[in-house]
Amino acid sequence: MKLQRSSRLALYSVLELAARPDEQLSASEIAAKFDVSLNHLAKVLRDLGRARMVEAVRGAGGGYRFCGNARRTTLKDVVEIFEPITLHDAQGYEPGDKTEFGASLAVVLGEIDDIALATLDSITLETMLKLTDRMQRQGPSSPKK
Amino acid sequence: MTKISELNSESGILVRSAVAGDLPRIIDLDKQISGLDKPDYWQESFRRFGGAQDGRYFLVAEKDGQIAGFIVGEIRAWEFGSPPGGWVFSLTVDPDTRLGGVATDMFNTICNCFRKAGVDKVHTMTDRDNITVMAFFRSQGMMAGRSIPLEMDLSDEEAPS
Repeated sequence: MKLQRSSRLALYSVLELAARPDEQLSASEIAAKFDVSLNHLAKVLRDLGRARMVEAVRGAGGGYRFCGNARRTTLKDVVEIFEPITLHDAQGYEPGDKTEFGASLAVVLGEIDDIALATLDSITLETMLKLTDRMQRQGPSSPKK
Repeated sequence: MTKISELNSESGILVRSAVAGDLPRIIDLDKQISGLDKPDYWQESFRRFGGAQDGRYFLVAEKDGQIAGFIVGEIRAWEFGSPPGGWVFSLTVDPDTRLGGVATDMFNTICNCFRKAGVDKVHTMTDRDNITVMAFFRSQGMMAGRSIPLEMDLSDEEAPS
């Protein structure tokens, strides 16, 4: 499964902020860590702000902080701000959809969507932080493909 | 055969082997969550997994003297080709005590039982619509396993030709 760049950046941002709840991080700090453009990140942070997941703290030492509940906020909550998660429906009408093979292919693709949705909906930010911590303790390994 | 009894001094939750006297509360709790009254199923389940039998664990959690949840599991060998491992196939918590560490304490205790019995993997299965339970298992570090459950309707119309 491949997420859009904005979704990935949003996930990185909320995870970084949720991992450091007592700090405010500037957009440039986050952009530097994840090697992304400040402009793109600013737009993502603005969308996250509108969704009340992060808030900007003004003034000296200001920046962004996570203002949601890490035990309650799931990956799905973050991703669906930026893209539809049900991949098959998101494609709209495709040639062949109304044929007998189109109907059976829709069942199989729906099965994949359901599993992806259940996975994203059952993993909270806190669970992701625990997973990250566990993987760091285990040492470097190449990501699964 | 070892009776389990582990008190978490921080949470005040006692996880212990279930006894026959716990069954009415277990049946009530399950009915409250599932909406189905299944006394025969739980009596049979207790007969099979209760009584501190080797490799079989039927545990309850007590908080403030009340049963706040239960967990059932066993060690299964070579199921679907997997080496011996622990399986958790029932986990229920009183909704009034959720987010109080009851499920975590029960899960930790049954995992300790599995470890002591010499297995190094724990499995479970949940309905993909049961996000609460799936999120709990995820929060404990469980990830998707290598098995994919498959099923088929057995009505006449669905019979393979």
